Amino acid sequence: MTTIGRPRQLLRLATAGSVDDGKSTLIGRLLHDTGSLPTDHLEAVTDADGEADLAALSDGLRAEREQGITIDVAYRFFSTPTRSFVLADTPGHERYTRNMFTGASNTHVAVLLVDARAGVLRQTRRHARIADLLGVPHLVAVVNKIDLVDFDETRFKEVEAELGLLAQRLGGRDLTVIPVSATRGDNVVARSDSTPWYDGPTILEYLEGVELAAPSAVASELRLPIQWVARPTDHQRRRYTGRLSAGTLSVGDEVLVLPAGSRSAVTALDTLDPNRAVAVAPLSVSFELADDLDVARGDLVVSAAADATAPVAAREIDATVCWLSETPLRAGDRVALKHTSRMVRATVQALHTRLDPETLEEHDSPGELALNDIGRITLRTSTVVLADPYATNRDAGAFILIDEQSNDTVGAGTVSDTREVVPGAQTRNDIKWHPSSLDRERRWTATGQRGATIWLTGLPASGKSTVAVALERTLVDAGRAAYLLDGDNVRHGISDDLGFTPGDRAENIRRVGHLTRLFADAGVVAIASMVSPLRSDRAIARALNEAADLPFLEIHVSTPVEECERRDPKGLYARARAGELRGLTGIDAPYEAPENPDLAFDTTGADLDDLVARVLAELARHEARR
Amino acid sequence: MTTTALLAAVDELRALEAEAVHIIREVVAELERPVLLFSAGKDSIVLLRLAEKAFRPTPVPFPVLHVDTGHNFPEVIEFRDRRLAEDGHRLIVASVQESIDKGRVTESGSPGASRNRLQIRTLLDALEEYRFDAAFGGARRDEERARAKERVLSFRDEFGQWDPRAQRPEPWSLYNGRIRRGEQVRVFPLSNWTELDIWRYIELENLELPSIYFAHERQVFERDGILLGLSEYTLPTEDELVQRLRVRYRTVGDLTITGAVRSDAGDVAGVIEEIAAATVSERGETRADDRTSVAAMEDRKREGYF
Repeated sequence: MTTIGRPRQLLRLATAGSVDDGKSTLIGRLLHDTGSLPTDHLEAVTDADGEADLAALSDGLRAEREQGITIDVAYRFFSTPTRSFVLADTPGHERYTRNMFTGASNTHVAVLLVDARAGVLRQTRRHARIADLLGVPHLVAVVNKIDLVDFDETRFKEVEAELGLLAQRLGGRDLTVIPVSATRGDNVVARSDSTPWYDGPTILEYLEGVELAAPSAVASELRLPIQWVARPTDHQRRRYTGRLSAGTLSVGDEVLVLPAGSRSAVTALDTLDPNRAVAVAPLSVSFELADDLDVARGDLVVSAAADATAPVAAREIDATVCWLSETPLRAGDRVALKHTSRMVRATVQALHTRLDPETLEEHDSPGELALNDIGRITLRTSTVVLADPYATNRDAGAFILIDEQSNDTVGAGTVSDTREVVPGAQTRNDIKWHPSSLDRERRWTATGQRGATIWLTGLPASGKSTVAVALERTLVDAGRAAYLLDGDNVRHGISDDLGFTPGDRAENIRRVGHLTRLFADAGVVAIASMVSPLRSDRAIARALNEAADLPFLEIHVSTPVEECERRDPKGLYARARAGELRGLTGIDAPYEAPENPDLAFDTTGADLDDLVARVLAELARHEARR
Repeated sequence: MTTTALLAAVDELRALEAEAVHIIREVVAELERPVLLFSAGKDSIVLLRLAEKAFRPTPVPFPVLHVDTGHNFPEVIEFRDRRLAEDGHRLIVASVQESIDKGRVTESGSPGASRNRLQIRTLLDALEEYRFDAAFGGARRDEERARAKERVLSFRDEFGQWDPRAQRPEPWSLYNGRIRRGEQVRVFPLSNWTELDIWRYIELENLELPSIYFAHERQVFERDGILLGLSEYTLPTEDELVQRLRVRYRTVGDLTITGAVRSDAGDVAGVIEEIAAATVSERGETRADDRTSVAAMEDRKREGYF
């Protein structure tokens, strides 16, 4: 290979600063003085008098040239013998702060421009805060137009002090400050003779010298989101692809696939590079596993080593978001959330703070987040998200929010904390339970009704709903308030956003569990007829009711699968056998029978009235016990 | 360096490769019917190689589309057919000539007019005919300043139009591939590559290129500062002098607008040395179509061009 082709490191940087701070000129200068600017590009911005307008180089759009401002991120490239640079030229205009957020999201260095005459401005603070929020590892402040203050050291020291104050407010960040004239080229690539009082690096020296911290290459810290799965053929096993965001992967490694938690070992690995057997971030890989697992896009592969830590299978996320849309964000809004290769639905539970860009203070409980606002929020997701805090891993801790109607990207955020949602546990301090003025006994006495939950679980077509319907009728005929919550019916309304993945099923049961608690509390006998295949999910429903001191009966409708399949009123089994339906409980998805049900019966050949009587007797026994 | 640090060090080309493969896989996972635009030029050859790597050992799960202006270098068409057949790709050719014959577009009769702009209609018709909703292209942000503004996933409306002011933000490596029926995305996995990166990757991966990329003798004449090769579609006027020169091409395009450069570089290493020392950009030196107006590329892109 030629020396020109020698492997170099790739450094990504972004510029930021107010509208007239001279960002575009600085970039033009950097390109020009590193010899990265082709002569034809220079000629295109040179006027008849031979004056080059370096600022015009970056403004690639007609509207930008007309208005003389940068609207959108432009990417520029230059290189030196040791490094090659991808530069995101991000707009200074306040209206386009979102583009600064985008441009700075995956960079190593943020270059903050300050006009030596004006000092630190609102946008400077805002951009510094955004860069800090995005965890950009290195901040460098360029005090530009130093020639316009006659290379005055005192003025530079003043601005430097203002910047020092800003750095302090960002938690004492390390900030390098360089005096520069982008128009003349002082301290950009070449050292300036006009600033003898300055002995720090030029911008290029800084960029070439700044240390690039690679993502973790510790095997046990593996994070590999599954991107795409190649179907197996006669000659080939199932193959998984993805891009590492931390850790390492090698043939022989024991791994866990989340959220299912299945364990296997890597039997083949393609790192794309014939000279590299061990994959590290940010490489894209494909691999095979020893076992045939049901692994899909959005799953996460982590290390199965004893010292490895896996992220929480979270349903609640505390995050900082930058709002990118004209339509404001409010509590209760629903959005799609894309995290790594996983797309889930999310509801905004609460808006906690909004950042004041002027003072950098956070104001509590804002009514909304408007375009370009940055705030802290809590999101509740419809199915689990396997995220790390952004401070630990920038890829595994970042997400975008998408409007499901317009498909626009409307928000970008960083994860600060994640939680499983454990029913009954006091994990939330952002909302308070508002007590009713009535206590339960008073309500039940006054209405003459006593609430309870009867939970029927069993395979599809086992007869749950038939029993439930008869039960509801018998209770109501006897003058008792009862209400049927059928698994299919709740999916028409309260759970119409959920599918049949394990996470979605768990969420559906959690919701119905809460509903039964409310009904029972009101004095109604809530009858839930739900396949609810997993013990852990049913345990959630039971825990919710028992924590509220409400009777909860778990009834296992234990009709054998052969009988269910013979009945098949909805044709589900037939479709599953034909391969048209996947994940049918009893066929290719597990059913965990209750270990200690309050009552169990098989409906094969049974008399319906007799079954209803047995349930009512069990209910009476429960109530007598209280 | 410690072992860990050594292990973690990923050089620039492999980092760019990993990013491009990630983008290609995201699009295949999120969109229904992708296609790869292939001109048999160096960028699309690298792009095809990356697609092969992204899915190997299974075949690339989408076809390859060539928008053929009819004014091609014969060496390039020979390479296209041979390379795609050898590697088992499905090729779809969308012909500008057919669009002209069908009356979808009208060819300008003026001398020096190219079919470059006419490609837009042919491309959009082909995307619609095959219902492609994502088209991979080998465009790079270092090519031109309107290109420098383009997203990796560039959203196009149902008419194939680009609205630079309504681009979707792309923070981190999170790409939003959600579209409505009829809409499409143009995908640029090589966005962060430079011309030199392309050549160094060609060297690293030992990729074959059409012979016109390397120095050879050719009958050429100079027009508006660009060296055009003599062909049935490019004929000199009386005052344009035809010379036999040692040249190579930096880009492959319609031969009526693609210029050659004087060169002695007979292999990839030689080309890399020449490019590293070059002071004129790839497009500036060899593409006549970008010189018609300051916003020529932006205007074409707004209409649906790559």
